[in-house]
Amino acid sequence: MDSIRLRSLPHLLLALFLTFAAVGSASAQEPAAGAVGQAPAVSKEGVTPGATAGAAPAAAAGATTGDAAAIAAGDALFKGNCAQCHAINDVVVGPALAGIAKRRPMSWLIPWIRNSSKVVASGDEYAVKIFNQYQKQQMPSFQLTDAEITSIVSYITAEEGKSAGAPGAATGIKAADGTETPGTAAADGGSSQTMDILLIVLVVVLLVLIVTLVIIANIMKDVLRGRKDLDGRDVELLDQRFDFSKIYKSNVVRGIVATLFVLVVLYQSLQGVMAIGIQQGYQPTQPIAFSHKLHAGEHQINCAYCHTSVYKSKSANIPSANICMNCHSQIKTESPEIKKIYRAIERKQPIQWVRIHNLPDLAYFNHAQHTQVGGIECQTCHGPIQNMEVVYQYSPLTMGWCINCHRETPLNTKGNAYYNNLVKLHETSNSAKPFTVSSNGGTECSKCHY
Amino acid sequence: MQESPKYWKGIEELESSPEFIKNAFNEFDYLPVSESHGSSDATVAPRRDFLKLMGFGIAAATLASCETPVRKAIPYLNKPQEVDPGIANFYASSYFNGSEYNSVLVKTREGRPIKLEGNPNSPVTRGGLSARAQASVLSLYDQSRLQNFTIKGKAAERAQVDREIMTKLAGTTGRIAIVSPTIISPSTKRAIAAFAGRYANTEHVQYDANSQSGILRANGGVLPSFDFSKADIIVSLAADFLGTWISPVEYAAQYITNRKVSADKKTMSRHYQFEPYFSLTGSNADVRVPVKPSEMGAITVELYNAIVGGGTASPRVAKAANDLKAHRGRSLVVSGSNSAAEQTLVAAINAALGNVGASVNTATPSMLRQGDDARMLRLIDDMNRGTVGAVIFYHANPAYDHPQADKVKSGLAKVPLTISFNEKADETGSLCTYGCPDHHYLESWNDFEPRRGSLSLAQPAISPLFATRQAQDSLLTWAGSNQSYYNFLRENWRGVLGAGNFQAAWDKAVHDGVATGTASPAPTPQMAPAMSVDQAVAAIASAPKPSGTELVLYEKVAIGNGCDANNPWLQELPDPVSKATWGNYVAVPRKMAEANKWEQGDVLKVTANGKAIELPVLVQPGQPAGSVSIAIGYGREKAGKVGNKVGANAYPLATVRDNALVYMTGVTLEKTGATSPIAQTQTHHTIMDRKSVVQESTLAKYIENPKEVTEYDKIATPEGLEKPNKVSLWQDYEYKNHHWGMAIDLNSCIGCGSCVVGCQVENNVAVVGKQEVINRREMHWLRIDRYYSSDASKKDFATKGKLDTYAAMEDPSENPSVIFQPMLCQHCNHAPCETVCPVLATTHSSEGLNQMTYNRCVGTRYCANNCPYKVRRFNWFSYYSNEKFEDVNGHMFTDLGRMVLNPDVTVRARGVMEKCSFCVQRIQLGKLEAKKEKRRPMDGEVVTACAQSCPTQAIVFGDLRDPNSRVAQIWKREDGERAFKVIEAINAQPNITYLTKIRNVETKEVRNA
Repeated sequence: MDSIRLRSLPHLLLALFLTFAAVGSASAQEPAAGAVGQAPAVSKEGVTPGATAGAAPAAAAGATTGDAAAIAAGDALFKGNCAQCHAINDVVVGPALAGIAKRRPMSWLIPWIRNSSKVVASGDEYAVKIFNQYQKQQMPSFQLTDAEITSIVSYITAEEGKSAGAPGAATGIKAADGTETPGTAAADGGSSQTMDILLIVLVVVLLVLIVTLVIIANIMKDVLRGRKDLDGRDVELLDQRFDFSKIYKSNVVRGIVATLFVLVVLYQSLQGVMAIGIQQGYQPTQPIAFSHKLHAGEHQINCAYCHTSVYKSKSANIPSANICMNCHSQIKTESPEIKKIYRAIERKQPIQWVRIHNLPDLAYFNHAQHTQVGGIECQTCHGPIQNMEVVYQYSPLTMGWCINCHRETPLNTKGNAYYNNLVKLHETSNSAKPFTVSSNGGTECSKCHY
Repeated sequence: MQESPKYWKGIEELESSPEFIKNAFNEFDYLPVSESHGSSDATVAPRRDFLKLMGFGIAAATLASCETPVRKAIPYLNKPQEVDPGIANFYASSYFNGSEYNSVLVKTREGRPIKLEGNPNSPVTRGGLSARAQASVLSLYDQSRLQNFTIKGKAAERAQVDREIMTKLAGTTGRIAIVSPTIISPSTKRAIAAFAGRYANTEHVQYDANSQSGILRANGGVLPSFDFSKADIIVSLAADFLGTWISPVEYAAQYITNRKVSADKKTMSRHYQFEPYFSLTGSNADVRVPVKPSEMGAITVELYNAIVGGGTASPRVAKAANDLKAHRGRSLVVSGSNSAAEQTLVAAINAALGNVGASVNTATPSMLRQGDDARMLRLIDDMNRGTVGAVIFYHANPAYDHPQADKVKSGLAKVPLTISFNEKADETGSLCTYGCPDHHYLESWNDFEPRRGSLSLAQPAISPLFATRQAQDSLLTWAGSNQSYYNFLRENWRGVLGAGNFQAAWDKAVHDGVATGTASPAPTPQMAPAMSVDQAVAAIASAPKPSGTELVLYEKVAIGNGCDANNPWLQELPDPVSKATWGNYVAVPRKMAEANKWEQGDVLKVTANGKAIELPVLVQPGQPAGSVSIAIGYGREKAGKVGNKVGANAYPLATVRDNALVYMTGVTLEKTGATSPIAQTQTHHTIMDRKSVVQESTLAKYIENPKEVTEYDKIATPEGLEKPNKVSLWQDYEYKNHHWGMAIDLNSCIGCGSCVVGCQVENNVAVVGKQEVINRREMHWLRIDRYYSSDASKKDFATKGKLDTYAAMEDPSENPSVIFQPMLCQHCNHAPCETVCPVLATTHSSEGLNQMTYNRCVGTRYCANNCPYKVRRFNWFSYYSNEKFEDVNGHMFTDLGRMVLNPDVTVRARGVMEKCSFCVQRIQLGKLEAKKEKRRPMDGEVVTACAQSCPTQAIVFGDLRDPNSRVAQIWKREDGERAFKVIEAINAQPNITYLTKIRNVETKEVRNA
């Protein structure tokens, strides 16, 4: 019995070593992937703070302008009203809008946007052509003022100019996300890859060295054995064999192994316990197979179009069925998934989504503080949502994760008069360090717990 | 391979007999299991199975608990445009419970009202809010409300109830009476008129539980409105105008404008109070004279004679009379008596002093008391005579709150048709055949005219929770109208809002909650007063004088006349003066208690007019000799599980004389031998000459030199006496962004307790019930300490010896002066609690807050032990789930009640410490709003719940880093004058500064000891 245990010890040792190595490398990769890797890969699409707040159209009605205010207003209006069906350079549901100002005059565009079916019914040639070309899909009517429509067109004109200059840069998501290998991610991974190759080369060199040495030693021994002029002591030295049993009979080795074993078990159980309640990667099946990839990714619908209160409230709110109906009263009405929404409305039974991001009640989190004030992209915490067919919890949502970000992230103080004096104070006293969230008290208890 | 030899255990095995085979695998052929179970039933699980199952169960449970439960997120189906989850909406509305009026803003979250705040646009209540109004949001979620229409107590269809009632009303032969407390809604009155139009012999009888019909009779049917801000001398004859009398929030705001002092304004009004019990108003008076209840009339006559009659004043009233005469046109006399005779004299005094048109206004009279005792008494008689065909109770509960409740009950049995609009099946409602519960006021449309010319609206802040119907809608339905009350109300307002765009004007009125104009008919030309002055004097002289001990009945600030008795926040709100919660008691003067050997808590049998109740004794300094006082509003039978059987009902002890209710009588007191402890939140009475706790001075001294009214602690150093902050162990904090601070003006604080309830609502503070208050475990984050003055002081050391002097200093004077001090977490910059927490659960923030982190707290309670101000509260129980607290804290147990909780504030678990957070959730919200708009927060934008609710603005909160903020200005202005920190010598450096109380007394000497 005893011998069996002893014989298995080396195997156990090996297994432990491997476990250690695996755990170590896994945890080493985590922060690299979580904190640094993804942030730059996140898209710059849409989530302009304040865009939805009150974008008053500034353009004079009738003529498109290059006025920055008009373009900004148009940007907000475009994302709020048009982006779910149109893109500048791509055909989404409706046609690509690049060059629209050249194609059609404003006097045609305004009645078309207000009430396209009326224009089609009037027998306008171009309108009928477009209508038939796009599967007789009717464009909903929009109650926009002339000035608003003009500012949208100004925005489109400005955007098409940009995209011509730097292809792919303006449309955000497509360029930055993972569908085509993004340049940023590649560059980011570059340095670590060369490190890996270097390591592998080193290991191979070492292995070759060891093998060579063993071969040399064996050859030397054989040569010596061949010689007859050796005395007893030399023969003894030559025939000396290393007694491995001594190793596992040694109390020191046993002690070390036992301690290591206990430590590993403790570490593993601690890790297990700490993971309780952490739902990173939680991806439940939702009652309706809603695809963020389709809506936010392909159709580039602004997050705030559905999550209406993300810039103003503590919660980003899950859209109510009437928001779905803005489009789906017309689009894909035959889909079985969308019929579920109709059913919910008919029966007056709200849709019961499965909640993915669950913060404990004792922690207070406010979306507006992070999006509107902090200027954080949705994807920073929610991950590449535009690629998710089914949404999963991307971040661990642990306190450590929150605190870490608060320690590292510089405050978004630009253009915010709230911070003016604080920035001055910081610069005079402590300009070497970045002015982070935590240096403004962002890691204090009662910022989140009350 | 060698086979081992096989041995047989016996011949049976060799032969393999069937019997052997049967038993071969049964090691123990006999097990006593079934016997030990006492049954051979196969369904009983044997022990091993039990263990197996238990093992499996534990494993399964462990596995299951590792899996986080699936939580649902359910959005709106069709989101209302104005609702955004997470953002509070405010709607203007009005609170009126039959006696007290407040214009309010209702804070709703996701469509649920969660808090009430004062409406600053209101010219009547000016943004203040009383404790009762604060607490009224909880009554919306009261489980004991009637949830549907009833016939004889059983749920019934509304249509059926309507049908039956209309048939019976049509066939009624006798009078139809609608009984209600005061109604100040012009449109409701029109709805009643519409009903009376259909059923001709309808009579609307209003009566007030705590009646003021005397003042109406004396003033020819109108109740003048008063303006205490226009009076330099205020004489109150038992009118508790800061606590319960007519319109306390309105009066408190007026009163305090003339009481605030600063180095620039060294004047304040002088307030005399003559009263038969210790009221909130009396405790704020500069001169308080305790008077036996039966002598109040005589005092009124003496005052009248001294001022109008020209005779020499008796010594009791001489000073008041002289002051009044010296301030003609700038003074005010009010009386809380229900005697028309006394009120006639008071009116005459005010007229003689030229106060009418200044502090007394009859042109825009108050509407808040319209009750007519005589009519109610006549109705009760008629009911008993059988001449009443139908009676409708509209929020009236005479079977509980009328002195002739027995006659009401017997009379009700003789009325063929009885209908109740009351929200509950209360004492009266349960005696009625039909229960047609009214909406809660937060579910209703209504209008109010508390003072002629000042209108306000109530709008629903939530859809009706239960199958109730607004009473006015019921009346209109029965009157045969198809109009909804909302449309009816709008029609009435067409006349008020004038020509022009009605919809715009209406929208504005609904938005603001208030409007100017009147919807009431022009005031009836003043009827002749009920009696002449001579008749009044004669009536007072002829009034019967009880011999022996006298009893006076009074109303408490929190419970009022008892209609809100089922509100646990109000039950646990300490009485401002006695600091007692959960029940009433017999307040006796110390001498009487000593003479009869009564100890506090001894139960007495109180007998008056042939009726008896049993209540414990409370020794009350300031109670006039030879008299006792008992609060009404307690002893409810059918209020709900919170209010039932709390205290005893004192209404039956009131009497009727000259067709008016009289709230005083002769009484006999007997000790029963039983004891019943009184739950007081404060049992020490004086500060024992520790000036560093609370300070006061006199106006004369203040005028002389404002820098000498406050004594500052000094500590001894090698360089001589220094300010305590010169020597410090700790490093100072540097506040770069904000430095939140507070100033509490003890001169403005009247001790009403509105802040206490406001804090409780805002911060989800648990109610703990009577026994836990007795155990000194109440959870209020903010308390109001009350200190009495003592006759002894340190000056007596030489003559009486130290020990005896200290013992004497513990006892309050016979007629003590009172000082109130709101006490909450002081958010010390050098906080003693922070340094002793072993787990860093209480830490200091970069904005000056002392933060309490519940999820880090392990409950050592070292912090509470080390807190010099004793403001930390420990959760001894799970107040939200422990069945012991289900009766008192029930709103945290049910989904219905939990709707009132503030979703931004954690409900604290058992075993953690909690305390005032300076409403950090409001601070964070205010900062976020400013950041979103890219600006600094404005002063007044971030206020704590206590500061927000204070009717006298005694509490000012703000950012000390902003030099223009009100709080920073006060700190700067009062530094070295009235500003002091509590127990400054320990150098905790609180972020709350108090301002010394100034009394407008004749002497320079300060009495407080």
